[in-house]
Amino acid sequence: MRVIDLPATLDFQTYDALFAEVMQSGGDKLLFDGRHLRFLGPNGMVGLLASGSVARDRSGEKPILELGAAGDVTSYLGRMGFFQAADGIFAGTSFPRRSPGPSDVLLEITPITRNSDVHDVVDRVQKRAGTILANSLGYPPTSVVQFSVILSEVCQNILEHADAPGWVAAQSYNWSKRLGRHVVIISVADLGRGFRGSLSDEHSARFADRWGDVTALEAAFIHGLTRFPDSGRGQGIQQIRKQVRRWAGLISIRSGTARIADVPEWFDAPPLEEGLADFPGTQINIVLPARVDSET
Amino acid sequence: MRPESGIELISIDVGRVLRKLVESPYSHLVTRPTGRAVRIAIEEQVAESSKTALSLIDLSDVTVMDFSCADEIVAKLLLRFLEEDRPGDALFVFRGVRQSLQEPIQTVLERQELLAVAQSGDGRCVLKGTWTEEQEYAWTVLEGRGRIAVGDVPEVFPGSHHREALDQLVHRRVAFVPPGDPVYHALSTLAGDS
Repeated sequence: MRVIDLPATLDFQTYDALFAEVMQSGGDKLLFDGRHLRFLGPNGMVGLLASGSVARDRSGEKPILELGAAGDVTSYLGRMGFFQAADGIFAGTSFPRRSPGPSDVLLEITPITRNSDVHDVVDRVQKRAGTILANSLGYPPTSVVQFSVILSEVCQNILEHADAPGWVAAQSYNWSKRLGRHVVIISVADLGRGFRGSLSDEHSARFADRWGDVTALEAAFIHGLTRFPDSGRGQGIQQIRKQVRRWAGLISIRSGTARIADVPEWFDAPPLEEGLADFPGTQINIVLPARVDSET
Repeated sequence: MRPESGIELISIDVGRVLRKLVESPYSHLVTRPTGRAVRIAIEEQVAESSKTALSLIDLSDVTVMDFSCADEIVAKLLLRFLEEDRPGDALFVFRGVRQSLQEPIQTVLERQELLAVAQSGDGRCVLKGTWTEEQEYAWTVLEGRGRIAVGDVPEVFPGSHHREALDQLVHRRVAFVPPGDPVYHALSTLAGDS
């Protein structure tokens, strides 16, 4: 059995290293050692589920997830619905069940497998997001509709392009040290065909030997191409990008060995990365910061 | 039916259509399969008319509509009734278009280079989609007058470019000239008494 140490913070900035290690492990059974874990963002959580799924499928055995004795992380994972989602992916740990009742979570980790899941997500977020978007981010009351549309479109990306189940999660955080503002983070991951696989039949020929994860991501992210011949398709990502830009947010999409992003001024990252560990599907990460006067 | 113009008014409450279609009580127009199902239900209702149907698509109960649903319920619906093999003859006015729906509707219409009439809660009609300056002028004049007899057109529109634009509005289904009745009608006027 091979042991993979989880970092103290598992979020969209540290996840790549974890996934690279998973991919280097070959077909070994894995133990994810989370005893030093102190914080997971939505991207870390859905990424951990994706990593566990990949490890399970490669080794034929469920990997083990070991968490520390400190209750904070376990409690938070429980509130985020991580353990229900992890059922069937990880073994060897007795996972606590989420206690029913009021929750401070914007959107628990939610599997997206069918159309009605997207309706459920939008219904749930409509009830919860208004206060968070208005009070924590200073967004106008109408922003809850645009936020719901973003969630709907990213979830549909799973259903329409992945041909495989995925997860979505969202939560608000006080990034007082990192940014001096509150943020809301939305994370989506699936283990489907990825952008290259989804677009290949329709578009690979025109790119000839340039076709790959980078060109596929650019085709969808920048040019709005889709595998459907219907000219009404391909608007989802474009409209998400437009709205995220209005809110001065960050959006990145990772698929296969590449990542493409719209990077706001407050964040330092390249708009395009390649040569990453081959992620068998798609990850979408959105960070929406609190509004500041200079951006209004 | 409004016999003077040879059209039949059909009011379609999209919120009600949605609630009838899906088993769970979802109130939001999200996901393409949902939009497609709503569009097909609307098409079937409109196609039942033996006359030209002026379809008043009421979106008052809709708070959230994503771009996939807007593409189905607005753009594809209009496209369907512009096709040669359309299921019936129909005109559309989108009513109760609240602020949160404006962007998805405008976006999908622009993408397909379509034109539609939308009516806000205060009853004011506006064009949505894409249009030329001449079409906008002709539509605004027609909207202000309600009706313009064909014989009066040269006087109302001395410039040929505006007269052509008026005919383009008819072709694009945001103005109407009934067969055998040489009068240009604004859709809002036709819908006014409903």
